[in-house]
Amino acid sequence: MGRLLAIEFQKIRYSRAAKVISIIYFILIAFIALMASIEFDIGDIHFRLADQGIFNFPFIWHFNTYIAAILKFFLAVVIVSMMSNEYSYRTLKQNLIDGLSKKEFVLSKFVIVLLFSAISTLFIFVVSLLLGLSFSDYNEMGIVFSNMEFILAYFIKLVGFFSFCLFVGVLVKRSAFALGFLFVWFIAEKILWGILEYRLLREQADSVMQFFPLEAMSNLIVEPFTRLGAIQSAANQLGEVLTKSYDVTIFNILIVLVWTAIFIYGSYAILKKRDL
Amino acid sequence: MNTILYINNLTKKFGSLTAVDNLSFTIEKGNVYGILGPNGSGKSTTLGIVLNVVNKTSGDFQWFNGNTSTHDALKKVGAIIERPNFYPYMTAFQNLQLVCKIKEVSEEKISEKLQLVGLLDRKDSKFSTFSLGMKQRLAIASALLNDPEILILDEPTNGLDPQGIHQIREIIRKIASLGTTILLASHLLDEVEKVCSHVVILRKGVSLYSGSVDAMNASHGFLTMQSNSMDALEQALEGNSKFGNIKRDGEYLIAYLNQPMDAAEVNRFLFEKGITLSHLVKRKESLEEQFLELTKQK
Repeated sequence: MGRLLAIEFQKIRYSRAAKVISIIYFILIAFIALMASIEFDIGDIHFRLADQGIFNFPFIWHFNTYIAAILKFFLAVVIVSMMSNEYSYRTLKQNLIDGLSKKEFVLSKFVIVLLFSAISTLFIFVVSLLLGLSFSDYNEMGIVFSNMEFILAYFIKLVGFFSFCLFVGVLVKRSAFALGFLFVWFIAEKILWGILEYRLLREQADSVMQFFPLEAMSNLIVEPFTRLGAIQSAANQLGEVLTKSYDVTIFNILIVLVWTAIFIYGSYAILKKRDL
Repeated sequence: MNTILYINNLTKKFGSLTAVDNLSFTIEKGNVYGILGPNGSGKSTTLGIVLNVVNKTSGDFQWFNGNTSTHDALKKVGAIIERPNFYPYMTAFQNLQLVCKIKEVSEEKISEKLQLVGLLDRKDSKFSTFSLGMKQRLAIASALLNDPEILILDEPTNGLDPQGIHQIREIIRKIASLGTTILLASHLLDEVEKVCSHVVILRKGVSLYSGSVDAMNASHGFLTMQSNSMDALEQALEGNSKFGNIKRDGEYLIAYLNQPMDAAEVNRFLFEKGITLSHLVKRKESLEEQFLELTKQK
């Protein structure tokens, strides 16, 4: 494990593109904190985003992990190009000739996926904690560290998504095509959902679609906006009652974990079968 | 007996094309082997299979008597296939560091090996700035990092300029003189002839000959002769069982020997028959001629 990590780290640390994108990614995550300074006046109303409760514990865990997960596309680029470069530089072949087994090769990439996910999770945890401690209305220990399942869900979501990227990188070989493939897949899931919804009831469509990889990943952390106090009260005034579940469910986590396993094993199976 | 690589009935099919057909040979420690064959004869595919990057269709191979898995065995092998593959954004030194990590050997030897191929002063230059000859030399340095039991080279001088070819050959010769087993795949015959003790000759995936270069020279050589009465010469030779195949080649007559006979003996024999020669050369076939002869047979 340590050897595989050392090998991958050596490959990544000298790559300028990977470094630049990773740094931008982490800076952007840190910039979530800047949203605290969003404030404007509409007539008599003084609006300050930080006062809307988005930085309250435990809601902040939900809000920040949701927002930060959008930025995962930056690291997706790093992971896809990391994999497709191995093809275009023909270093995949050379690595194998030098004595890395195909299994070790896939594992070494998965180790990097885990590492990226773990660092992102740790980072979002620290940023949220600091932000919450500065702006939250509640600072009791019990409340601060409640709803931690969002941090877990964030980690699982990243691991699942990056594994998907890795798989697509192995399958498609070229980074631009691989990223295009990801996008097409995303659209395809949406279209399929549309067809199912048209054919069936909405609940039935959802219950089928939850098994698809991207949908399952997005279901892990449900959008937090309708959970905000301001939105809730606005909805109440319109006579709507929002009864949405925002929980992270074990079932969802399981679906994503199964996909992760399929992607990693699939990458291995493709490499094993392919003549390089 | 110290077997490094044992290949038995190896076959590889790409769809309907059979790239390697029932190939068998063994590589013993300490010899220098050549795999000869025209382009597309299955040399690289064979090497690809034993190096774990191409899947075989049937047959089997064993590294080091089959005591280790293929990828562990490859840590004791140094190999360069087709063209040098490294990470372009890393320096020569960083690339070799990576290879050390993969092969699980210490990084102490990097400078020594760079020195051997004459790249020590460029060790901090990025790989992308190297010329093809330098890249190929770096690949050799990389293959030597683990002091391999066997060095596998696939067309090592392909695409190089004369200086580059000369440098690579010098390096190969230096390595061979240190007693390292070498397997050299090439379509360049003089390259193989100069360094190899054993050859495997392939054509369309089929092994035509496998054995030592000397044993391949089973014929006792041939004579090129010229005389003012060619017909008499031909008759005289046909009457002697020591000569085998006789053929006209332009102004010359070429006679293959069935048993050892030196040129002076031939000259005396013909003189006694009243034939005087204006040209007499005795030669052993070069590898090239034998190769062409062999690949023509089928």
